[in-house]
Amino acid sequence: MSTRLAKQGRLIDRSKQVTFTFNGTSMQGYEGDTLASALLANDQMMMGRSFKYHRPRGVVASGAEEPNALVGLGQGNRFEPNQRATTTELFNGLTSVSQNHWPNLEFDIGAVNTHLSRFLPAGFYYKMFIHPKPFWKHVYEPFIRQSAGLGKAPDKDNRDADTYEHFYAFTDVLVIGGGVAGLQAAKAAAQSGAKVMLIEQTAHWGGRAPVDGGTIDNEPVDKFVEQLVSELETMGNVTMRSRCMGAGVYDHGYVLGYERLNDHKPGTQGPRHRLWRIRAKQVVTATGAIERPLSFAGNDVPGVMLASAMRDYVVNWGVTPGERVIVATNNDDAYRTAIILKQAGVDVLRVIDARAAAGPLAEEARQLGIRVDPGKAIAKVKGGKRVKKVAICNQEGIGGAREEVECDAVAMSGGWSPVVHMWSHCGGKLIWDDANAHFRPDPARPPLGANGEGFVVAAGASNGPLALGDVLTDAHAAGKAAAKAAGFKPKNTKAPAGETTQEAAMQAVWLMPANADVQLRMKSWLDFQNDVKVSDVQLAAREGYESVEHTKRYTTLGMATDQGKLSNINGLAILADALESEIPKVGTTTFRPPYTPISMGAIGGEARGEVFQPIRQTPMHDWHDENGADWEPVGHWRRTYAYVRPGESVHDAVNREVKNTRENLGLLDASTLGKLIVKGPDAGKFLDMMYTNMMSTLKVGKCRYGLMCSENGFLIDDGVVARIDEDTWLCHTTTGGAERIHGHMEEWLQTEWWDWKVYVANVTEQYAQVAVVGPNARKVLEKLGGMDVGKEALPFMEWRDGKIGDFDCRAYRISFSGELSYEIAVPASQGQAFWNALMEAGKEFGVMPYGTECLHILRAEKGFIMIGDETDGTVIPQDLGLHWALSKKKEDYLGKRAHLRSHMADPDRWKLVGLETVDGSVIPDGAYAVGEGVNANGQRNMIGRVTSTYYSANLGKGIAMGLVKHGPDRMGEIIEFPGTDGKTYKAKIVDPIFYDKDGEKQNV
Amino acid sequence: MSEPISALNHASYDGIAKVQECGLQGMITLRGDLSDKVLAKAVKDATGQKMPGQREAFVDGESGVCWMSPDELLVLVPYVEVEAKLAAMTNALSGTHALAVNVSDARAVFSISGSSAREVLGKLAPVELSSKAFQPGQIRRSRLAQVAGAFWMDDDQTLRVVCFRSAADYVFNLLKVAAQPGSEVGVY
Repeated sequence: MSTRLAKQGRLIDRSKQVTFTFNGTSMQGYEGDTLASALLANDQMMMGRSFKYHRPRGVVASGAEEPNALVGLGQGNRFEPNQRATTTELFNGLTSVSQNHWPNLEFDIGAVNTHLSRFLPAGFYYKMFIHPKPFWKHVYEPFIRQSAGLGKAPDKDNRDADTYEHFYAFTDVLVIGGGVAGLQAAKAAAQSGAKVMLIEQTAHWGGRAPVDGGTIDNEPVDKFVEQLVSELETMGNVTMRSRCMGAGVYDHGYVLGYERLNDHKPGTQGPRHRLWRIRAKQVVTATGAIERPLSFAGNDVPGVMLASAMRDYVVNWGVTPGERVIVATNNDDAYRTAIILKQAGVDVLRVIDARAAAGPLAEEARQLGIRVDPGKAIAKVKGGKRVKKVAICNQEGIGGAREEVECDAVAMSGGWSPVVHMWSHCGGKLIWDDANAHFRPDPARPPLGANGEGFVVAAGASNGPLALGDVLTDAHAAGKAAAKAAGFKPKNTKAPAGETTQEAAMQAVWLMPANADVQLRMKSWLDFQNDVKVSDVQLAAREGYESVEHTKRYTTLGMATDQGKLSNINGLAILADALESEIPKVGTTTFRPPYTPISMGAIGGEARGEVFQPIRQTPMHDWHDENGADWEPVGHWRRTYAYVRPGESVHDAVNREVKNTRENLGLLDASTLGKLIVKGPDAGKFLDMMYTNMMSTLKVGKCRYGLMCSENGFLIDDGVVARIDEDTWLCHTTTGGAERIHGHMEEWLQTEWWDWKVYVANVTEQYAQVAVVGPNARKVLEKLGGMDVGKEALPFMEWRDGKIGDFDCRAYRISFSGELSYEIAVPASQGQAFWNALMEAGKEFGVMPYGTECLHILRAEKGFIMIGDETDGTVIPQDLGLHWALSKKKEDYLGKRAHLRSHMADPDRWKLVGLETVDGSVIPDGAYAVGEGVNANGQRNMIGRVTSTYYSANLGKGIAMGLVKHGPDRMGEIIEFPGTDGKTYKAKIVDPIFYDKDGEKQNV
Repeated sequence: MSEPISALNHASYDGIAKVQECGLQGMITLRGDLSDKVLAKAVKDATGQKMPGQREAFVDGESGVCWMSPDELLVLVPYVEVEAKLAAMTNALSGTHALAVNVSDARAVFSISGSSAREVLGKLAPVELSSKAFQPGQIRRSRLAQVAGAFWMDDDQTLRVVCFRSAADYVFNLLKVAAQPGSEVGVY
């Protein structure tokens, strides 16, 4: 059994007991435990089931690389699936459940898959589910979706109880990893005066060096770490963050750090996670190395564990995963586990060493009475939910002549792989190190920054060196190199001297035994989480998969949430062997950020709830909200669609507003319309280029409606332009167009006509603008008093500055409704007061506010086009019958040349017409008109489409506008619009002006 | 004239820093040739400040001038004086190619104050805000999460933030989230 030892446990505080639950069972641990160490202390070796075969799985590692021990953590609005028990710090009240089983962890129906495993090889899904075709959608996909996935998604009705944030940080040197290498690199860099940031994913500094032992400058490693940490803490130019993982390295020295602030104390005030968005001149990756498993049959049985993890559990948390342990290795390092276990009083039955000879550590183990078997291998681990026996054979051979030994845990070590992820994220290349059988960063090919020089330096074990002394020397040099590359002068200091026992050479062992037969290979796991075995990769190779990237996807090797931290190198070694190729030729798959999964909350940061997205508000926003506004998003603005009164439907409200505006008086909040000031001696010339019609000739005091096209001739905006003075124009844009058209103007001014004397300013938000519309519009303004708004003083399409009531304003006599209409602009900070004054004064004239839908209907009744309805980026002014707005006098304007292209001048282009249903009904929005015959796909031929369609309460029937092939030539014809509701709508082609064709009402 | 009211009417929030909407501030966008002497004099007459260099802001209370781009300044004057100052400036620049326009009502202004003020802003703007890199006398035109924003420092613990008026509610809520209790970062 796995159990707590009486002594040991450098990270736990035995005076502080912590209670937690696993699958509903209450358990005890200590402060400082991880969930994994606490579960082991409670003899809970089995922690989950695998993805595909539902095999029982126990913890195999002790850190971020853990593939098996994934749990559902927390409850309700703090529930999160797939949390690694090895990186979950224990706290009082923690609740956890195991995953991927039904009905429970001990007895699981899905485990039947393991007996079907010979029928579920690599590529099974591809082969099986491709025929018959309709089965995929209706049978296979639902089935796979049902059974796929590890943890459960949180309940859809729950909302994350926590908050998250981003933080922007800037540093000269960023060191990722707070082991001895990272600490030393940080110090070496900081001594140059560079600003240094050091981040470490765990809660502890020093990494695994204190577990592995040795001395640094003749002191124990623990002591060295302690001193170095306190030294760094006193340096003003060093920032240290623990529980902060380097998640990804990107272009231009951009690095994401994932800080878990409150995961170990949920419910604490403040954000749960903080995503650090770091800009570093230089990045040092001191991310250590990860031990590789050995591929032998049954290496996934709970109780089989990485040798380094096993000694971590003993030294860090005072827990032994077993009482009778067998160690299997191809290197000297695993002997440290045997020695530590033995010293902790655990029975170490033997060390099975694939090599013929080992170094001094083996001798030390022998002296402690541990039996060492050179040249041996594990043929098979027996046991279901727990290791029961190990069958031992010769490493050279197929796995025969076995000797069986009873035990309850197996420590395995296949050598060490540097964590090269951070080096590789942004393009750093790797080289194969034959001596250590691993890939390590190629210092000649680092990720390159904007200046063409490397911006990442690898340090310590993540750079290849594994012995303590080499690690420190390398890290010290890396810190200095990073500081130098960041523009600082490193101090001439020496690396501290690390001493550990000399190690003999390791031997690459990719399969145990070397020529294991197929029965064994089918039980030798490479990827624990995704259930990929040696035999699967070999099958992929036999089926012609040569690229490691293809093999990965075919077999799903390394595609699970652990992203193959344990499996990748072993898998590609098997692939290389099967392809009879060299490992470096096969290469690795791509290392992509994040290093381990980071929370969606951290990615979103503050952007949730009321600050999920900016919502732009006009000065009268609150009034609208209090007066029944049914909101409509227009860009980031919220505009009132209609003001719904109690007892009314939205449709009722729209109809009421439409009639009232035509008959009495309506007020529209038009503040969102863009207002651009264009000024300068060349402003007229400039606007003549921007608009299709002539603006330079506009007289001061007058307004003109203008169209804007892109250089490709398509309509991009429209609006009323007012000439303010000799040098100044004010251009109204659409609501969504203000920023876009401002940018459009600036772009032409800055890149093409940089020598023209024109300045543009966006003053959209300076004004609250109210459209005062209807037969009583003049009356209400006259009642408020002030400037003369009479027909002669302020004629149609003119503007005047003046005062209305108490308000300084600019009054435009313009109309988008066809009624007598003024748009009055007042300073935004008086907008609400002005609105109130109009509402109050307008009472006797039947005033009602109206929303955007009423605005749309009124303009549609008049046949006025709307950018975004009648246009969609493919429509030109000629399509809309706006030839009158295309200046023939001007030599050039944006879009003019494009309009000459043959397709633009094609008489078959769909053209704007009015549409009137024969029965008065409303054509569905977006409906297409169909003509004779079918196209190549067997679909009805299209001859047009609806662009705007409304019920007109004024006319008592449906009205619409649409683009129809040869439309203006087909007046009176009836065409058909099949709806998605099964009905076909018949509509007559008519003039698009339905109301007051002569424009008498607006010109009174 | 009716009583002008700023976007959030002096709303405030106390968290790890104090966030307050400052009310109305007179602002003039001035575009022109910043090396022009007439323009420099017009600015000095309006604000008492000399021409700022790149990313500089010379602000004293409600008056000052901020560099916004190679051909744009933000001129700060007391709100009640903006029309008069603008008229004077326009008059002084009548023979110069320049654009001066009142944008006071198009903006909202916030102050963030306290020892964590820099950190609150550092959560929203991708700008180095350490005291080494950012001091009174400087301005940054950047973004606040998803909207445009500019900011300078009144003193070492007080930031002044300007955004568009329509985004005032969003920015205030953003600053509240960023200043929530328990969210000190501990770097600035």
